[in-house]
Amino acid sequence: MSTTHQPSFWTHYVFSTDHKMIGKQYYFTAIFMALFATAWSLLLRVHLAWPGRTWPLFGTLFPGLFQDGVLLPERYLSLVTMHGTVMIFFVVSIALVSGFGNFIIPLQIGARDMAYPFLNMLSYWTIVPACLLMLGSFFVPDGAAASGWTAYPPLSAIPEASPGSGMGQTLWLFAMALFIASFTMGGLNFVTTILNLRTRGMSMMRMPLMIWTLFVASVLGILAFPALTAAAIMLLLDRLGSTSFFLPAGLVFSGTVLPHSGGTPLLFQHLFWFLGHPEVYVLVLPALGIAFEVIAVFGRRPVFGYRTSVWALLVIAVLSMIVWGHHMFVSGMSPYVGEYFSVATVTITAPFAILAMNLIASLWRAEIRLSPALLFVLGIIAAVGIGGLGGIFLATATSDQYLHNSYFVVGHFHLMIAVVTMFAIFAGTYHWFPKMFGREMNATLGKVHFWLTVPTVIVGFVGMHLLGVGGEQRHLYDPTAYEFLKPLQWLNVVITMTLGGAAAAQLVFLGNFFSSLFFGARAGANPWEATTLEWTTESPAPHGNWAHELPMVHREPYEYRVGRSPQGYDPQNAAPTAQPAMVAR
Amino acid sequence: MTDRRQAAEVVALITLFLGITAFTVVGFAVEWLPPVASQHGAGVDGVIRYLFNATGPVLVVGALAMAWFLWRYGRGLPTASPATNARAEVWWTVAPVIGMMAITEVGVVVKGFPVWEEMYAQAPANAVVIEVTGQQFEWIVRYPGPDGKLGRVTPELVDNTTNPAGLDREDPPALDDIVVRNQLHVPLGAPVSLRLRGRDVLHSFSVASFRVKQDVVPGIMGRTLFVPTTAGRYEIACTQVCGMGHYRMRGAVYVDPPDEYRAWLAQKTGWLQQ
Repeated sequence: MSTTHQPSFWTHYVFSTDHKMIGKQYYFTAIFMALFATAWSLLLRVHLAWPGRTWPLFGTLFPGLFQDGVLLPERYLSLVTMHGTVMIFFVVSIALVSGFGNFIIPLQIGARDMAYPFLNMLSYWTIVPACLLMLGSFFVPDGAAASGWTAYPPLSAIPEASPGSGMGQTLWLFAMALFIASFTMGGLNFVTTILNLRTRGMSMMRMPLMIWTLFVASVLGILAFPALTAAAIMLLLDRLGSTSFFLPAGLVFSGTVLPHSGGTPLLFQHLFWFLGHPEVYVLVLPALGIAFEVIAVFGRRPVFGYRTSVWALLVIAVLSMIVWGHHMFVSGMSPYVGEYFSVATVTITAPFAILAMNLIASLWRAEIRLSPALLFVLGIIAAVGIGGLGGIFLATATSDQYLHNSYFVVGHFHLMIAVVTMFAIFAGTYHWFPKMFGREMNATLGKVHFWLTVPTVIVGFVGMHLLGVGGEQRHLYDPTAYEFLKPLQWLNVVITMTLGGAAAAQLVFLGNFFSSLFFGARAGANPWEATTLEWTTESPAPHGNWAHELPMVHREPYEYRVGRSPQGYDPQNAAPTAQPAMVAR
Repeated sequence: MTDRRQAAEVVALITLFLGITAFTVVGFAVEWLPPVASQHGAGVDGVIRYLFNATGPVLVVGALAMAWFLWRYGRGLPTASPATNARAEVWWTVAPVIGMMAITEVGVVVKGFPVWEEMYAQAPANAVVIEVTGQQFEWIVRYPGPDGKLGRVTPELVDNTTNPAGLDREDPPALDDIVVRNQLHVPLGAPVSLRLRGRDVLHSFSVASFRVKQDVVPGIMGRTLFVPTTAGRYEIACTQVCGMGHYRMRGAVYVDPPDEYRAWLAQKTGWLQQ
């Protein structure tokens, strides 16, 4: 590969077409957005724990959100909405899928770059205005969108319905449209790259599971996101063009009957969840992909059940497209349809259990090295266990009828798409940091980060489940407004304190991350003695990924302690005859 | 030395993960459900309890397996080859598939559907029919009055102070319709069929003690059916975010003995006759 021209600062760091730089750009963008989304969640958690109390300091810092030191109810809903939207789409999606995906796909399949480097750059630079629109929407009259991350009409369609349903909701929809455009470009790039640019010998069944999960997630994203695109456009038209896709006749706001007729709000819910449910797997599957990579490397053994895992992934992908209605059991949808969705949804527990069991069994006959990355993978297993089993309560229509829209749901989805995914982001960061930046992170601080994070988040989010069983509903500005919830209020205090502690613990991670960027020990090409292809090139990988020829693959991805090599592991590119047969283990 | 440190770390991790599991299981074993006050509600609780009892052991077994693997393979002891073991993989795949399908489909179909069908059954002929309209941020409750018929309502006639239900004078059955705000009186032990009407944004009518929750959707007449089994006062909550006043969209249900219920109803006059 000819790399004769030296990239300038602009083409190297800003308008880069190098997948590694774009991956890092996504990663840093996600960290930036996470700072905001975490701060919003802290503000609303503090309010929820002590709803009556005044916070003059917050009132001074955020005059638009607080009045006389008390968070305003409409701003509370804006904070909830924006926390959810930004965390799901602008933190977890872009760190886990776009960030790690971009960085790792060409390196693990043995490619010089993504199939469409320019499209890749375009995809990143479409996310940037989306982020700015989201953040900027706090400063428009009446504030940011306040209809929840699901933006159900009519609340999200009628500006009179709520302060956040004005300009804030319009900006929210435009930002989401940009996000979807970006994510679709990224997904097409991922699929094309994985299908076409694998190096010689890298058959599909030799791909690391990380690649498999990203592949399945990208296909799901491409298939599911158009439904949300359509829903967003129709909602924009209902708002700005006086159509009635989601609006029936007879809507009355402030004594005035609106001229809409013929639509139904349920249509939006179907379109939204047709995306929304696969989106959960778009996030969770790559998180499990990272878990499999890390557990193989630090368990020093092949992933248990590689083939069954791949098949389970494919089955999950198919099932995830036909179960969206389990979000709508009490929506007014026909109860017979609800029965179908309930039966179909719980079948996902079978392939999902296979993935979880394979992760646990990958510790069987292992030689465990307790790195921070592995510790967070153990945390993923714990969260998948609790969150996955808790999901059955919500997939079962009869119990969901009670638990729907309660804190049980909030706890459940936080365990699955916040804890599992963030733990995966941490594990992936500790694992690939040397390859990304050529330095190692501090392992002791990594373990401190683990020990401060895992107990606090589990107690916090399991606590939310219990609150939900007690009947506390979500989106509730002041839980003490209800007599039957007052005895549960102490749980809200516990949740705020533990999750506040968990948020503070992330300072250890950020400190470790940024100081290691400059002062971390220099990393060699393969500091973890790993087998996949990204470890066969220098750290950080050069432009074009391999200085010379692309590696050729001769074996399956995780050959630890199964070959005859004296070093105890065989990289994927190690030739079959590299070692004589005499060193039997 | 390092071996001892690693062993200590392994013990700490095992303690952590078994501790998390114990916290979760004990947490769920505590009774958090508000006391049930409807007939089908006992069935809903039965499904929830069944799921606790069925999934709890799965969580514990998974945690114990992980703990054992950490203890056995986390301390640098010599271990057997981890080469692919097809037999183990088959068992490790078949067991969770059968186990999870059994646990979950029993929950959905065997335990769940009878209760689900009870909730969504056709209202029996003797059911008390009441209409509840959800609007930002209150519940408008309408009784049919002495004629037993709910009269026509029209969105154009809705006026929050003079005619909150939008009753139509032109329609004779509407004249005696009784309208109350945020108060629902129902007779003890009788099936109650609620017609749920919406006219602005989505709401959800829920009474935690009845295990009742049904979205109120503009354009669609929703319904929910329950039989109150314990007299008393319960809270109606809106459980679908509906705007800035969502948290105070609260009402009260009074489950009265039948004669008290009749007495309460008898002293009410039609909204349009006042």
